[in-house]
Amino acid sequence: MRERVRSPEGGGGEATEHRRRESAAPSSKAARASGNAGWWMLILPAFLLMTGFYIAPILQVLAISVTEPTVGLDNYERLLTNAGVQRAIVTTLRIGIITTAIALFLGYALSYVIALASPRAQRWWLLGVLVPLWISVLVRAFAWVTLLRRQGLVNEGLRSLGAIDAPLELVWNEFGIVVGMVHYMVPYAVLPMLASMREIDPRLLAAARGLGASRFTAFSRIFLPLSTPGLIAAGVLVFIFSLGFYITPAILGGGKTLMAAEWIKIQILDIVRWGMGTMLATVLVVAILVTLAIFSRVVNLKRVFGAGA
Amino acid sequence: MNGAVPGHALTLERLTKRYGGFTAVVDASLTVEQGQFLTLLGPSGSGKTTILMMIAGFVAPSEGRILLDGRDITVLPPEKREFGMVFQGYALFPHMTVAENIAFPLRVRGLARADRDARVRATLDLVQLTQFAERRPTQLSGGQQQRVALARALVFDPALLLLDEPLSALDKKLRAELQEELKTLHRRIGRTFVNVTHDQEEAMSLSDRVAILNHGKLVQMGGPVELYERPRTRFVADFLGKSNMISARVAEARQGGAVLTAGGTRLVQAMDGARAGEAVLLSLRPERITVLTAGETAENVVDGRIASAAFLGAGHSVTVETADLGRLRVTIPTWQASVAPEEGVPLRLGWSADAAAPVADDEDA
Repeated sequence: MRERVRSPEGGGGEATEHRRRESAAPSSKAARASGNAGWWMLILPAFLLMTGFYIAPILQVLAISVTEPTVGLDNYERLLTNAGVQRAIVTTLRIGIITTAIALFLGYALSYVIALASPRAQRWWLLGVLVPLWISVLVRAFAWVTLLRRQGLVNEGLRSLGAIDAPLELVWNEFGIVVGMVHYMVPYAVLPMLASMREIDPRLLAAARGLGASRFTAFSRIFLPLSTPGLIAAGVLVFIFSLGFYITPAILGGGKTLMAAEWIKIQILDIVRWGMGTMLATVLVVAILVTLAIFSRVVNLKRVFGAGA
Repeated sequence: MNGAVPGHALTLERLTKRYGGFTAVVDASLTVEQGQFLTLLGPSGSGKTTILMMIAGFVAPSEGRILLDGRDITVLPPEKREFGMVFQGYALFPHMTVAENIAFPLRVRGLARADRDARVRATLDLVQLTQFAERRPTQLSGGQQQRVALARALVFDPALLLLDEPLSALDKKLRAELQEELKTLHRRIGRTFVNVTHDQEEAMSLSDRVAILNHGKLVQMGGPVELYERPRTRFVADFLGKSNMISARVAEARQGGAVLTAGGTRLVQAMDGARAGEAVLLSLRPERITVLTAGETAENVVDGRIASAAFLGAGHSVTVETADLGRLRVTIPTWQASVAPEEGVPLRLGWSADAAAPVADDEDA
């Protein structure tokens, strides 16, 4: 069921699929142009796989959302009337926006340092950024719980330093969710931003300073505008991923803060209201597609995801 | 923009730059006078760009000082030096139009808009780019980009203009054209220019003074003619144009000259301080050698046979095999060659006592 909600937490599958679709699009177009059926045969297995395991279930979700419990748009009407679903959407958007903002800020600083480092240092930095991606999201969420809980390392440390008297509420609330999600999203923010920063000629910064600009002016007038496409791309990527988070909010939110994915799971598995669950899932998918459509008009998608300039 | 602001003098004192165990520049000292056009010339890895980057303030010297009109600027950050710089590849800001690029130095100096616009227009005029003001750098040709880079470096009346291989990205014909423009511009604005290049023709045609660098050392500095005619070392002779190297020994020292022997051939050479028995290396330019016709003579005469010949339009480049001096390269102006030189033809070559220059043998590569 989970795959119906676009969630990055299923592991690397989502990201690879994303890339595959990006790179498959131009080559299939080329095949059509040349009218060569052989090329079609080559991508046929991938096409069938995508249709069978990805597109068909999504269409099914769409179908259930307008047929259960009765045929019609009743489920979608609840978007306007049901306080529970509205709260889940608002919470999801709020956490998504906060996470995106923080992840972009941290990711930008990190990318900036990496982009200007020596090639050798760059490799180590990149390794440091990518290693968290290989660790299970479950492990990471529980690691944050042990760090942030009342008797956790952070609270105990602050108390032994005399900085606080009573433990801070760092987990099982929105704060904990945001910490976990930012931690997850920073690498996804770094990669597109780093890609666009690497295209910036470092001599431009030297030129700006040689022409009389301070370090800060050189950054704000030259580097920042030139890295803006990467910043926008990272923002869209992180925001879309944030909408579908499931495991991190479930563990670090302690069941008190409901985001869209968990709300859907409750509808389907606990209350068994398939119609409502699939309705919100469809809304999420549509929201993501609309965001991407708007975004693709602003920035070249293929370049953002690194599929050859 | 009219010479009201005089050029400034720049002095480098024992400038050294080390990167870990590698020494990029050793003990470079030189002075560029007000309004002069100095070129740092050398092969890649000779340290010329490092010196320019130290002058610009992007690289901190390990030792030594940099003085502008006698004021120590060694530790000043680049943005405080007020030097204009044309970067290799121009480093134009791709997200700005030509006018915005040129306005950038004025903008960061907080100039009022009206003042800024007026200066940008004047500078666009100076480099003849007025109609391209609203274009992006990527929409311009290489030569136009180079002029934008120049305009951007000059618009704020810099104390010094630094040029890092400003013409290397252009094709040969355009390069010659822009060399001319750059020279005219230098004369017109009277500013001090410091240029870096590995192209000896460019260095000679543009500069008042050329500093030749090799392996981080300043080998020789002087006017183009002086460097070409009187190279002090084998490296300079080889690097500036073509040169025949003749190894000889002093047979007899005379007043202001010497009689040399190379194998069985006796040569007379104008030189100071020759001592009998000493080894001497001579640099002889191919165009200083003449082909002697029957009955003609010269202070130095050598017989040989043409080993190979190539026609270059303005002249023939001929390699002559001689018994004692090895292969000599000779340039014969086309108008002087009665018949086209061919392989195997015997020739008598001659040159005067002051045609060659004794050089120190510093060839280590």
